[in-house]
Amino acid sequence: MTNVIAAVLIVGGTLFMFVAAVGLLRLPDLYTRMHAVTKAGTLGVGLVLVAAAVAFGEVSVTARALVALLFVFLTAPVSAHMIGRAGYLGNVRLWEATAFDDWGTGYEELRREGEEPPTEANARVRDAHGPSGPAT
Amino acid sequence: MDVVDGPLLWAIYLTLAVLGLSIAGALLRVLWGPELPDRVVALDLVAYLAMGFLTAYAILAGEDTFIDVALVLGLLAFLGTLAIARYIERVRSGEALVDS
Repeated sequence: MTNVIAAVLIVGGTLFMFVAAVGLLRLPDLYTRMHAVTKAGTLGVGLVLVAAAVAFGEVSVTARALVALLFVFLTAPVSAHMIGRAGYLGNVRLWEATAFDDWGTGYEELRREGEEPPTEANARVRDAHGPSGPAT
Repeated sequence: MDVVDGPLLWAIYLTLAVLGLSIAGALLRVLWGPELPDRVVALDLVAYLAMGFLTAYAILAGEDTFIDVALVLGLLAFLGTLAIARYIERVRSGEALVDS
């Protein structure tokens, strides 16, 4: 019985990770690829780790699998945020069909009107390099 | 843990095959990625896929040590991604040139 449950879990995790890989290959720009990798990849690794915990059925293995799961769930959003932010500040182009750029010209106007405190170092970077990518 | 058999064995075989193919695809993106952040995201996915691969192999071999290996791999991938992201931001803002 536990074998069947573990088999279902591991196949589900594999499907999610396969979807992440397909998304990484097929999606048009850095940000969409990043969202595919982070969400689908995290859930895939999580399901495979839970499958390992179910298949072994020992307390020590379950504890380690849960620690690894917690670690992935904590770090994946952080690293995705960091790399997406670095890409945006590094003027990686957005996809032409991008509908909404929250940090684009509207952000600069808000900042000039004093709605947002202009303390961010990135604001300096963006001023020096000008607006990035196609117009919103 | 005893030898795995039945549906779990075939599920693990399927997992190992699909994850191997996915790692090859992610490495293609590392090769093609037009910018440095694209390559970093692809390497992140390679690390996740390798974690899944190691965990599946741990079940197949009945050897729970591989789960620890997967944990350490995830830790190293996180630190590497963080370091490269900081590096990209510092290069763009000109700080990295001051240090070197």
